[in-house]
Amino acid sequence: MNPVFQGLITIAIGVGGIFLYFIASNAFLDKVLFPAKGPNASRNINRANTIRPWLFLAPTIIALSLYLVYPVVGSFIRSLYNRSGNDFIGFANYTSMFASSEFRTAFLNNVLWALVVPSVSTFLGLLIAQLTDKLRWGNIAKSLIFMPMAISFVGASLIWKFVYAIDPELGIINAIRVNMFGAQPLDVLQVAFWNNIFLMVILIWVQTGFAMVILSAALRGIPEETIEAAIIDGANPFQIFFKIQIPQVTNTIIVVFTTTTILVLKVFDIVYAMTGGNFNTQILPSYMMQFMFRDDGRATAVAIVIMLIVTPVMVQNIRQARAEMR
Amino acid sequence: MDNIAGKKSSLSIAVNITVLLLVLIWLIPTVGLFVSSFRDRDAISASGWWLAASSTEQTFRGRGDTETTTPVDGGFALTGNVFEDPEIAPSFPDGQGNIAAFGDSGRAPGAYPAGEVADLGDGETLIVERNGDYVFTVPEDPEGSGPRYYIVAEAPPSFTLDNYRTVLTAGGMGQAFVNTLTVTIPTTIIPILMAAFAAYALAWMDFAGRTWLIAAIIGLLVVPLQLALVPMLTLHNQVGIGQSFLGIWLAHSAFGQPLAVYLLRNYMIGLPRDIIESARVDGGTDFQIFTKIILPLSFPALAAFAIFQFLWTWNDLLIAKVFLPSSDETKVMTVKIADDLLGSRGGDWGILAAAAFVSITIPLLVFFTLQRYLVRGLLAGSVK
Repeated sequence: MNPVFQGLITIAIGVGGIFLYFIASNAFLDKVLFPAKGPNASRNINRANTIRPWLFLAPTIIALSLYLVYPVVGSFIRSLYNRSGNDFIGFANYTSMFASSEFRTAFLNNVLWALVVPSVSTFLGLLIAQLTDKLRWGNIAKSLIFMPMAISFVGASLIWKFVYAIDPELGIINAIRVNMFGAQPLDVLQVAFWNNIFLMVILIWVQTGFAMVILSAALRGIPEETIEAAIIDGANPFQIFFKIQIPQVTNTIIVVFTTTTILVLKVFDIVYAMTGGNFNTQILPSYMMQFMFRDDGRATAVAIVIMLIVTPVMVQNIRQARAEMR
Repeated sequence: MDNIAGKKSSLSIAVNITVLLLVLIWLIPTVGLFVSSFRDRDAISASGWWLAASSTEQTFRGRGDTETTTPVDGGFALTGNVFEDPEIAPSFPDGQGNIAAFGDSGRAPGAYPAGEVADLGDGETLIVERNGDYVFTVPEDPEGSGPRYYIVAEAPPSFTLDNYRTVLTAGGMGQAFVNTLTVTIPTTIIPILMAAFAAYALAWMDFAGRTWLIAAIIGLLVVPLQLALVPMLTLHNQVGIGQSFLGIWLAHSAFGQPLAVYLLRNYMIGLPRDIIESARVDGGTDFQIFTKIILPLSFPALAAFAIFQFLWTWNDLLIAKVFLPSSDETKVMTVKIADDLLGSRGGDWGILAAAAFVSITIPLLVFFTLQRYLVRGLLAGSVK
C-alpha cells in the first residue's frame, strides 16, 4: 500500500479513534458505570468525577510509561546482557566500555561540548538580544539569526561542510586562508582538538537563536524603573547591562543553559554527518549509534551513561516544578 | 532609553555594525549553500560561490569544423569561430567572449596564449584569436570529425536548475520527500490531541496525585531518547510492528508527549477561571467544556506545539534511522542525505546543495510564516 495513503488512513484512525475513545469512555462512565440517577445519584456523580481525569490522562500516561519510563528500566536490564542478549554478564559491558579509549575520548569530548556549546550560545544569545533590542531593524536581525532553528542538524551539517570544504574554490575558510594569508588549504575537520570546536560551531549556530528569543523576552520583562533609576544615577550602558539587567534575568539564563546542555547530550547528527566520529571527534550519542544494531548490550550501556549525566538536571527540574506549584 | 539619557552616542553606530556583522556571519553559510545549489559541477569547481555572479575562467573543448575544410599549402585548413561550436555555444549566450589561451590537449588546455600561432607537431598548427576566430591547419583531410582543441575563456555566470531536476527525479529524493511527509503529518496531529486532553485534566480537574504527575512529566522532558531505542525496537519486533511507518508514528507520538503536555498545560492554566466555572454551573460536562471552550481558546498554544513537533519530526534523523527500515522505499530525507548522498555523492557539491535545500525549504516556509506562534510557544515553556 502506498505510504501516503497509509498515512492519511492513520490520521483518520488516530484522530477519530482518540475522539471516539473519549466520547465512548465518558459515556460509559456516566451512563453505565455510575449513572447520575437512581438512589445513589449524588454518590455516583462524585465517583464518576474521581475517575474522569484518568480517562483524559490515560492515552498520554500509557504512551509515556511505555516509551519513556519502561525504557529506563529496559535499557538498564539489556545493558547487563551480552551482544546477543542471551547471557547475563553483569557490568561487563560497562567495565569494557570504561576501559576503551574511544569511550574516554567520547566522554571527554562530550564534557567539552556540554561546557562550550551552552555557554557560547547563551552568551551570544544574550548579547544579540540586548543589541537588537533598540534597533529599528532588530526584529529582522533576530528572525535571521533564529532561522537555523528550522534547519535539521543534517542540513546544518551539510551547510557547514561547504564552509569547511578543503577546496579553496569551495570552502570559504580555506579561500580566506589561501587568498588572504597565502597559506596552504587545510582540512579543518582533521585538525586535532580544534575539529571538535568546529563541530560545536554548527550547534552554536543552530542554538543561539533559541537563547536569543527567550532572553530577549526576559530582558523586556525587566521593570523599566530599575533601568531608569540607574541611568539617573549616572550608570553607563555597560554598567546597566552587567549590574542591572543580567542579575534580573539570571533564572532565565539558567533555564536556557540547562535546556541547551540537555540538547547537547541528544544530538548525534552533527558528528555522524560531518566526521562519523573519526579524527577523535566522537561524542557519546554518536558513540552509541556505532553500537546500535551491532551490539545492543553496549549501546544501552552508553545510553545509561547519558541518562546518569542528565539525572541531576532532571532532579533539579522536578524540585523546581514542585516548589512553583506549592 | 536613549531619550532619557539625553544622548544618542556613537555606541549606536557600533551596535548597528556589530549586529550587521553577526547577521552576516549567521547568513553566509546558508547563502553559500543556496547559491551552490544553482551552479553546475564545472562552475562550482571553477570558482567559489561568492564569485558566482561574476564571470570566471573556465576550460572548454570543441572540434574543428570540417565543413570549412579547404586545401592549403602543406595540408588542409579548418576555420571558424569557437563560440559557434555546438559544444561551447551553450555557455556563451551572447555568442562572444574573451579567450585567454588555447591548446590541443586536455592536460594543458591553456598551453598557448591567444593570438599566437602554435606549432602542435606532426605538421599541425593552430591559432585562436582573442575573439574566438581560429585557423586549424592539418596535414591530412580530417573528413568526418574535426581535430580537438581546448580553450580557456571567461565564461559569463551561469545558473541552472539541473541539480534540482537530478535530485528530485533520480536518486530517490522525491520518494524520500514523500516519506518525510508521511512520517511528519500524522505525528504532528495525533500527539497534540492526546496531549490536549491530558493537559486539560492536569490544569482544570482536581484529583489526587496531580502535582506528582505534573512533576513526573517535567522530569520526563529531559529523559534522553537514546534510552528508548533498543528496548522499544525490541518490543516493536516482538509485537509484530517491526521497523515500519506504524512504529515510527507510535514512537514520535509518544516522544512528543512531555513537551506537548507541558506547553499546553502552562497555557491552559492561564485561561480565565470564570469561563470554565460558569460553564460547569450551566451543567457542561468536562468533555463539552474541553471541546467547546478550552480547545478553541488554546489555539495559539496548539499551533506553537504543532510547529515544534512538525520541525522536530521533519528534521529528525535518530528516530528515523532506528524505527524505519533502511530500504530505499522508506528512507526519509535526513537519512537519505546523511547516509546516501554524503557518502556516494561526496564530491558532487551541486547535488548535495540542492538536496539539502529541498529538505529545508518546507521547514523554512513553516518557520517564517508561523514564527509568531513558535516564539510564543517557546516563551510559554521557559519564562513564567
